[in-house]
Amino acid sequence: MAKQIKVSLIGNPNTGKTSVFNLLTGLNQQVGNYPGITVEKKEGVCKLSRGVKAHIMDLPGTYSLNASSLDENVVIELLLNKKGKDYPDVAVVVSDVENLKRNLLLFTQIKDLDIPTILVINMADRMRRKGISLDIPLLEKELKTKIALISARKGEGIDELKKLIESYTSLSKTPCFDALSFAPDYFGRLQKAFPDQSLYKLWLVITQDVNFRKFDKQDMSISSDFKIKSESELKRLQQKETIKRYQFINNVLKKGLTVDEKAATGMRAKLDRVLTHKFWGYFIFLAILLLIFQAIYDWSSYPMDLIDEAFAWLSEVTKTSLPSGPFVDLITEGIIPGLGGIVIFIPQIAFLFLFISILEESGYMSRVVFLMDRVMRRFGLSGKSVVPLVSGTACAIPAVMATRNIENWKERLITILVVPFTTCAARLPVYLIIISLVIPDEKIGWIFGYQSLTLMFLYFLGFGTAVGSAWLLNRILKIKSKSYFVIEMPGYKVPLFKNVAINVIEKTKAFVFGAGKIILAISIILWVLASFGPNENFNNAEETITELYPSLSQEELDNKIASHKLEYSFIGYAGKAIEPVVAPLGYDWKIGIGIISSFAAREVFVGTLATIYSVGSDEEETIKNRMAAEVNQVTGGPLFNLASGISLLLFYAFAMQCMSTLAIVKRETNSWKWPMAQLIFMSIFAYGVALIVYQILK
Amino acid sequence: MKTTIATLKRGQRALIKEITSDIIPLKLLEMGCLPGNEVELLQTAPFQCPMYLNINGSHLAIRKEIAAQIEVQII
Repeated sequence: MAKQIKVSLIGNPNTGKTSVFNLLTGLNQQVGNYPGITVEKKEGVCKLSRGVKAHIMDLPGTYSLNASSLDENVVIELLLNKKGKDYPDVAVVVSDVENLKRNLLLFTQIKDLDIPTILVINMADRMRRKGISLDIPLLEKELKTKIALISARKGEGIDELKKLIESYTSLSKTPCFDALSFAPDYFGRLQKAFPDQSLYKLWLVITQDVNFRKFDKQDMSISSDFKIKSESELKRLQQKETIKRYQFINNVLKKGLTVDEKAATGMRAKLDRVLTHKFWGYFIFLAILLLIFQAIYDWSSYPMDLIDEAFAWLSEVTKTSLPSGPFVDLITEGIIPGLGGIVIFIPQIAFLFLFISILEESGYMSRVVFLMDRVMRRFGLSGKSVVPLVSGTACAIPAVMATRNIENWKERLITILVVPFTTCAARLPVYLIIISLVIPDEKIGWIFGYQSLTLMFLYFLGFGTAVGSAWLLNRILKIKSKSYFVIEMPGYKVPLFKNVAINVIEKTKAFVFGAGKIILAISIILWVLASFGPNENFNNAEETITELYPSLSQEELDNKIASHKLEYSFIGYAGKAIEPVVAPLGYDWKIGIGIISSFAAREVFVGTLATIYSVGSDEEETIKNRMAAEVNQVTGGPLFNLASGISLLLFYAFAMQCMSTLAIVKRETNSWKWPMAQLIFMSIFAYGVALIVYQILK
Repeated sequence: MKTTIATLKRGQRALIKEITSDIIPLKLLEMGCLPGNEVELLQTAPFQCPMYLNINGSHLAIRKEIAAQIEVQII
């Protein structure tokens, strides 16, 4: 394989860095994680001329090399580790023409790292509207770099950039200026002690050492003489450095950039006046939320029905066209319904991420954070917790990952801990089937049905419990953390279709292959456990039942045999073992199995019941009819009545039944302490509430 | 009473005087909140928090308690 040019894309958030990445790589990209941490790692391949290829890495957005978050730290570790496999041949710093001054701060830092650097000035299409003109040759000279003026929106200037990347060896590696001249005494001593090392890199290692104790120092070991004694001393030095850099940038831009204020038109101010308004701002946000819910629960029902039918059909066709036997049964009763259980969630997840990425791309999300911060803070959360809590209504996994940009650790931890209470998509099938069983299908007045009101109540309950427990955790947790909150309010943009589409595809793929594996594995395990038994009671089911009920019709006989088999299968014995625990909640051993399997993932509940009630096809009506016919052995009444139904709904609303979420919380908090606390607290709480409600309603 | 960003009224412009407090995050400085730079209060959420500012051409929002640590001179 020919050598690829390794390119790192670096830039502030909101500069269109991802658009540039998408333009360079197209769909030729993959998203993974950096080893051990859940910082998204995006890489892709870009074809240059004559068979030369560039391997592009889209590094997390950062405002400077003085990292204050995990995402930003990734950038520094990668750029300092010269021996690392991702160490770039060339750094491409993406900036936004409207925020050039701020964006150049990071650029001057990158230039100090001794890496060939290209400056991309993006959003060139906005220059005229904003009255901006640039003297590119002068800027190139002053900044000692090559500049690619591009418009990612219009796809202009990309070829220019590709050419620059290809000729990276001719790029300058010298710093723009001496940024560390503000403390000659200290830095002079430092350089004398390590004559072979780059001074700026030494300085970065020292500063990161204060903030991230585990920082890998590579081969530089810095003696304690040079350690900065206190955080405030460090900050004073960093402040001086920042001022120094801005002085340089201001001088350069004074010559190279002119803004004609009169030509500038301010869409931003007009939109902000409405969207951050004390009344209309909230009103519009609420309207958008309603639209999202409408899309997730109404619009997505059409593709979901189609998927459901398609899988039922597939199961049927496979069954009739293949010879019968245990292997075919596994495919038709285990694997196909299992796959169907994953694919059915795709429309909802895609809709959610469609909306979230449109809101983020347009710049509106920052306004939501601005509007909600004050309200959320009362509960120990941050304005930035709104995005995770909204995402939580699709799935807690991306929601937990979305907490990463909350700077304050305590607010972030509380958000992570309470997000699993929000009603995720996986709870929906459980809610739907139980509600249709126990809540009368009648209307109050003209519009509102009891059933849809119950569903809405469950959503509010989930959100309310999340916020309530946040308030409680805020009182209990004694974590000292600096309260700071800075959020950039980017200019409004029409979302780029390509960016939105790629984002939706990536996120949906992550769900299908991440959560999907677990769901499929469990469906198969369940099927095996339900299809085999440990003793003769299971194997001789047919003879036993036929002898006992000689007068029954074939259909009734088949049902009796199936349930007899289930009772003596492996899963039947397991269910019987836990029946005493769940009986006080109004459940029998079959529901008990459903709950146990749900601890892997909630969405398997319905599938489990389908398997357990030995319904061949996955059609909901059939499962529902079976469930409605179930009799409680103790009371003699129907098993699913109002009391046990409500108890089950509340159990699912509160219990922590998702291994994937626990795993992601472990990764994000870097300890088993928090996921275990979630599991134990939420399960006990769920059990307690379900118990009380059942005993009262019984 | 000291004049700080927190005491600005909507639409008021001011120059940042001095940043001394340790609680000002470095990130804010890096976004342009440095002595001598101009700041304008664009909008506040209910109860004056957070505050939506234009500092040195950067549009950002910060909480009131941090805004109260940044001394300014109204222009």
